[in-house]
Amino acid sequence: MRSYALKRLAGMLPLLLGITMISFAMMHLAPGEPAVTGQEFNPKVSSQDIERLRSYYGLDKPLYEQYWNWLKRLAILDFGESFSSDHRPVLDKVLERLPVTLWINVLAIMVIFLVAIPIGVMSAVKQDSWFDRAMTVFVFIGFAIPSFWLGLLLMMSLGVNMNWLPISGIHDYSWQQMGFWEQQLDFFKHLILPVFVSAIGGLAGMSRFMRTGMLEVIRADYITTARAMGVPENTIRYRLALKNAILPIITLLGLSIPGLIGGSVIVEYLFSLPGMGRLFYEAILARDYTVVMGVTVIGAVLTLIGNLMADLAYAWADPRIRQGQA
Amino acid sequence: MFDYLKQQPLMLVGGGIVLTIAFLAVFAPWLAPYDPTNINVRDILMPPSWQHWCGTDTLGRDVFSRMLYGARISLAVGFVAVGLAIAIGVVLGAMAGYMGGRMDTWIMRSTDMVLCFPTFFLILAVIAFLEPSIWNIMIVIGLTSWMGVTRLVRAEFLSLRNREFVQAAESLGVSPLRLIWKYLLPNAMGPIMVSAVLGIAGAVLVESGLSFLGLGVQPPDPSWGNILTEGKDNIQLAWWLSLYPGLAILITVLGYNLLGEGLRDIFDPKLKS
Repeated sequence: MRSYALKRLAGMLPLLLGITMISFAMMHLAPGEPAVTGQEFNPKVSSQDIERLRSYYGLDKPLYEQYWNWLKRLAILDFGESFSSDHRPVLDKVLERLPVTLWINVLAIMVIFLVAIPIGVMSAVKQDSWFDRAMTVFVFIGFAIPSFWLGLLLMMSLGVNMNWLPISGIHDYSWQQMGFWEQQLDFFKHLILPVFVSAIGGLAGMSRFMRTGMLEVIRADYITTARAMGVPENTIRYRLALKNAILPIITLLGLSIPGLIGGSVIVEYLFSLPGMGRLFYEAILARDYTVVMGVTVIGAVLTLIGNLMADLAYAWADPRIRQGQA
Repeated sequence: MFDYLKQQPLMLVGGGIVLTIAFLAVFAPWLAPYDPTNINVRDILMPPSWQHWCGTDTLGRDVFSRMLYGARISLAVGFVAVGLAIAIGVVLGAMAGYMGGRMDTWIMRSTDMVLCFPTFFLILAVIAFLEPSIWNIMIVIGLTSWMGVTRLVRAEFLSLRNREFVQAAESLGVSPLRLIWKYLLPNAMGPIMVSAVLGIAGAVLVESGLSFLGLGVQPPDPSWGNILTEGKDNIQLAWWLSLYPGLAILITVLGYNLLGEGLRDIFDPKLKS
């Protein structure tokens, strides 16, 4: 297991390098002098900012040298300073916003896991039942529904009309006066809608895959053998089949991480949550290039870490992988 | 063929939706009851009525007319972006799958790298460096969604290359370009078409998300996404600004998804679940 983990970790290095290259190339996408062209007349970007950008990236030097210097600074987690009036280091800004984003995405992944697997298994076991049909409809709608629209509708019905759930921010106004447990409760109440909205797409996809996987496994020879030997149907379904059907879901969960992180921009914008996605959005509007670059790189690295974790979980669950047989 | 279609009612529904929306989009100028950018201060935020089927917005513009024109923009973005993505994906995938070896390794590694980025972050970051305009959005969505097609075309080519008819053609001395164009590509067309149809659904969703954030189609040009932004800002006053455009997105995306899934079942009956 350890050697497998080390091998995967080593495999990440070229990817990491590639991520920085693509990000760097993106900086130079703008025609002419990167990111600075045309900004002389942009009231949002002062001439000091442009100077700071020039010195941070060393724009007067040749490209490969610029890239190398930027890489060296990234290696010690130096993402430069924000353009905004507080001039704080980008890393500080991201780190203070990260917990909210992580909370939402981790909870969303948990919801996806805990809800999609039972739905998928039930649909497969009772194939073509009314439950299966209803879930198929749910899956198609879940795939097609714009998450921000679903969010808007929920805000309107549950938040504004019924006043059941808070629709923006992560704390109530009276947060300061609350006791510890009340504060936790308040925090989670604020997260219910964002987590649900983030999870909906993944929920649909995952339950679909779980259903297909389960149907495939149930037709496998070893299941037929078990049946022929008189193993009780419930043991077959929930102990023999489920274990193998769940495997691909782990990989899929890893693959859904970029979507979740990317989606946090919209969810956090919609619910006014102080997370990394909102920081990114604000940085784009303010043309705060160092923050934009920093968040892009950090978002990609987070994706990489998520994928690594999914790979390790897969290896942990499937002995064939960690012994290098498959 | 027709018997087959009868067994695929969902695909027919999807195809019907796709054709209807396309019709509405193409003939928007003749179908729209009002000018979509015509400001009318006396009819601000009117609820749906016989005069304004989907109500009016904060500037008194007719929401139904704006949605018809929004369909044009959404579909235009979807088609151009997907066309670009398919073009890139086919070229890279064909190169990787046909040449193999080092070329294959390089192309697939780069594909993996791009896949590491949360696509929406990538799109937004590029928009931040360029300006949000309809052309930039088409190009950016296209440039960030070719990876799936590349992988798919490569996999198809790899399996096709070992088939007898391809090997026969190869041994007869058919030139590589002709081999790709006449033998490999036509046989990979099915899956490519499926991913194109599903890709349009994805692009429509991304465009509406960008416009919702104010980083896509810029007002006064209408788009389903930017009408929803107004809906968000007036959530306590005007439910119709939030309801109808979202419904339009949902139905459109649903239509393309159903059509794509149906096509997939036709091209690859093995996958039918």
